[in-house]
Amino acid sequence: MNRTGSTHGGLIVATTFVVALLLSMLPGPEWAERFRPDWVALVLIYWCMATPGRVGVGIGWLVGLILDVLYGSVLGQHALAMAVVAYIAHRLHLQMRMFPRWQQAATVLILLMINQILVLWIKGVLGEAPTLWPSLTSSMVGMVIWPLVFIILRDVRRRVQLS
Amino acid sequence: MLSITNVLGRVNGRPSAFSRLVVLVAVSVLLMVFDYRGQQLPQIRATLSALVYPLQVVAALPVRFSAWATELFVSERTLREQNAALRNERLLSQARLEKLEALEAENKRLRDLLGSAARVADRAVVAELVEVSLDPFTRRIVVAKGKRDGVYLGQPVIDAFGIVGQITEVGLFTSKSTLITDPGHAIPVIVNRNGLRAVVFGSGAPDRVNIPFLTPSADIKEGDLLVSSGMGGRFPPGYPVAEVVRISKDPNEAFLEISAKPTARLNYGKEVLLIWPDERKMAGSLAK
Repeated sequence: MNRTGSTHGGLIVATTFVVALLLSMLPGPEWAERFRPDWVALVLIYWCMATPGRVGVGIGWLVGLILDVLYGSVLGQHALAMAVVAYIAHRLHLQMRMFPRWQQAATVLILLMINQILVLWIKGVLGEAPTLWPSLTSSMVGMVIWPLVFIILRDVRRRVQLS
Repeated sequence: MLSITNVLGRVNGRPSAFSRLVVLVAVSVLLMVFDYRGQQLPQIRATLSALVYPLQVVAALPVRFSAWATELFVSERTLREQNAALRNERLLSQARLEKLEALEAENKRLRDLLGSAARVADRAVVAELVEVSLDPFTRRIVVAKGKRDGVYLGQPVIDAFGIVGQITEVGLFTSKSTLITDPGHAIPVIVNRNGLRAVVFGSGAPDRVNIPFLTPSADIKEGDLLVSSGMGGRFPPGYPVAEVVRISKDPNEAFLEISAKPTARLNYGKEVLLIWPDERKMAGSLAK
């Protein structure tokens, strides 16, 4: 594992997460809310796939916890879902790298839906009435913009020579 | 084998991703249970919130900027219109505020009235009615409290709505109370609206009292509330006594003929209250 420039690389990864968090917090019109993709999950999936030695279950959990704090949801619900997503992406990273772009996008869709469904389950257990459709549209939008996210983050990674 | 260092993900001897996942899922569930059960984990949440606060500030920046920009580029005419609208609104609000102030003053006066009533009565005891006099020319009741309970001659008797009368005969277990409607009874009052002094006399009728000796120039109206003034030192001040229902002006008479309706529900209920007014308060009200 390449330890040189590790803190620098960590900083870059952290920056992309911060940008993703900002994108998911930016206030927008009510009707657009259901089309807002889960930026944080997309970024997490990318880093799990591209740099599995650096980003994994622990980082996923931490980012999920931050989401919980930002959304004011019950602490741990996004953390749990994100940890699961990170784990699966981590396990599949070799295959995902080999997939053609569309198949990669389909895998991302499945991961995003797993994330949403886990959060919905937890909400349901805690007695909040969850609604399914907004999360589904959000996942679809996530799949559609995945190639874009992939290209941008790949360029970032190549520029700082992160592996 | 799991240990804390493994969970934290040291480079050497990393545990499998799966075992870390299991641990983190367990931690998440614990967090959720604690958070949901109302323990709220206030310190953890507060610390994390402080950490992510800069994010929230940055996320709010675009909105702030757009608000600032719209203000910057708004036309003078729009500003004028806005200004006029705000002026109008302010005028309306001012008018409403004045009304509110009047209401507030009234509220305060009423509160004072209630407060004085509550303060003056040092001690009160519920007394059951045992007998009601049927004689149309005397209005008396008998209550089931006597000397044994500390009842004394001239003690005020009230109910939830006003003054009922005073004790005129004390037995060992029961006492007689003369009602304010008794023809032989008089109680000093003031008009709650303006403080005009008067005396309320019983009429003998069950729901009427009279206010004689007020000249036609006296400021009293139908609907005025008469409250006890505390003068004479027998009744505590500030209790409602009667409400003026009719004023007749006869040019041949020197005085108005005023009748009022007792606020106390003299003909209803089975209980009255005997009160022991605070001596010092009574003295104070007399000195005033």
